Amino acid sequence: MTTAAYPTVWKKPPFIKSTYLRYSLWAAVLVYTFLALGSVEVNWSRVVEGADRGMRFVKAFVQPDFVSRWPNIWKGLVESLTMTLCSTVAGIILAIPFGLGAARNLVPGWVYIFCRAFIAVSRSFQEIIIAIICAAVFGFGTFAGFVTLTFATIGFLAKLIADEIEATNPHALTAMRATGASWWQQVNYAIQPQISPRTIGLCLYRLDINFRESAVIGVVGAGGIGATLNTAMDRYEYDSAAAILLIIIALVMVAEYFSGIIRKRIQ
Amino acid sequence: MSDTTSNYSDSWDRRSRAERLIRWVLWLVFVAVFIQSWRIMNEDTLWFFVEDAPRQFADISSRMWPIRWSYMDQLWKPLWDTINIATLGTALGVVIALPIAFLAASNTTPNAYIVRPIALFIIAASRSINSLIWALLLVMVLGPGLLAGIIAIALRSIGFVAKLTYEGIEEINKTQVAAVTATGASSVQVLDYAIIPQILPNFVSTAIFRWDINIRESTVLGMVGAGGIGLQLDASLATLAWPQVALIFIAILGTVVVSESISARVRKALI
Repeated sequence: MTTAAYPTVWKKPPFIKSTYLRYSLWAAVLVYTFLALGSVEVNWSRVVEGADRGMRFVKAFVQPDFVSRWPNIWKGLVESLTMTLCSTVAGIILAIPFGLGAARNLVPGWVYIFCRAFIAVSRSFQEIIIAIICAAVFGFGTFAGFVTLTFATIGFLAKLIADEIEATNPHALTAMRATGASWWQQVNYAIQPQISPRTIGLCLYRLDINFRESAVIGVVGAGGIGATLNTAMDRYEYDSAAAILLIIIALVMVAEYFSGIIRKRIQ
Repeated sequence: MSDTTSNYSDSWDRRSRAERLIRWVLWLVFVAVFIQSWRIMNEDTLWFFVEDAPRQFADISSRMWPIRWSYMDQLWKPLWDTINIATLGTALGVVIALPIAFLAASNTTPNAYIVRPIALFIIAASRSINSLIWALLLVMVLGPGLLAGIIAIALRSIGFVAKLTYEGIEEINKTQVAAVTATGASSVQVLDYAIIPQILPNFVSTAIFRWDINIRESTVLGMVGAGGIGLQLDASLATLAWPQVALIFIAILGTVVVSESISARVRKALI
């Protein structure tokens, strides 16, 4: 008699267990999609008009033109690469004090709050917005881009370094304190060996990101290959624009490949 | 016995002399490269402007005051558009990313020599180009508006979500796959019963994380004409209406903080 109580067909347990929550989530998603799609106005005649340009762009990708704008592309690339390197180095140097300051187990409360607030501000604004301000303040060009990327790097790395420090094994720190080590010695012997492999990996990762970002901030006047790309687009030189995009993709892939190798060797 | 010990130095060194020399040379090269890049980078820098920066900064900050709160009435619609760009773009990107992730993972790919490299290239291309550049391209093709923004966000999200997901697929527990396969399940059933349940929490959390990043990115897409609050920002900057710019910054900051806390909470509940 009891066997009848068991179902003969097995069903996968659902991802969200509560039936009520599951269906109300689905309903919310449906209502939202309806509302959101309603707010998207598409000018189909414009899309049809643009399709032709789209095709030309796709064709340009097959036959990119590296030659005719090469001096400009080269200049943009050199600007981007130097900007990337300088801002990553400066960002790392400045991120270390902020990272130490934002670790709760190392510093007094007011330093912690100040550093965390700085990191929060640096992280919440998009690089583009910072670049707009920097271009207005420092004048157009690579220096504005350098400041932008440095600022963004500080927020990114300092947060990760601080989280890393807070997650270190506390015994090493206690042991160093017990020997009467000064604050610097504590950091140098108890914290630094624990965090440095991952931190070096993160620095390389940020180098990647900075190169990618350096390709964009030129659009708002902060120098680099982005400025060249923007000009190429404005002048409808799709083949040069395609060449620039392909160079960016290739460089990012190369950078990712090498940073992957280095990270593997360190860890 | 005593004369053998004299070969050893009194103090311990972590690295041999040659190693130290190599490291020293590498550091020297690195510093030289850095200085040289700094010089090339600043060839065209007008130091006059840089020296003037603190004054400029003070000037711009003072012009932002008082913030024009009344402008907020005109910001609700663009803000809603921004959120829609991010959400619809993420949804579209995630839907495309899932099959690409399966094609790219070495244990689920149908063909390791042709399909997998193509999938990996799609992921790399999507990841290396920022959504603003995608938007720049798409505005040209589709015309200004939300659609260009949505597709730009989707194209950028594909690489991110697919990369994290395929890495997750490669790390799944193989015993479950073997168990389901042993029942005679078809490959689709293996996918459905053995692989997807293992990666689903991770996948959803990645998607929500990307949504959070996309909210941030969609705030500036309007700068190139792809809709959202960036359009207002561009217009306000063009007319040097700093009190409005300040309000837009506050609105963006608020949106970002709210979306970040939502995403953090949902992800915490998932994992």
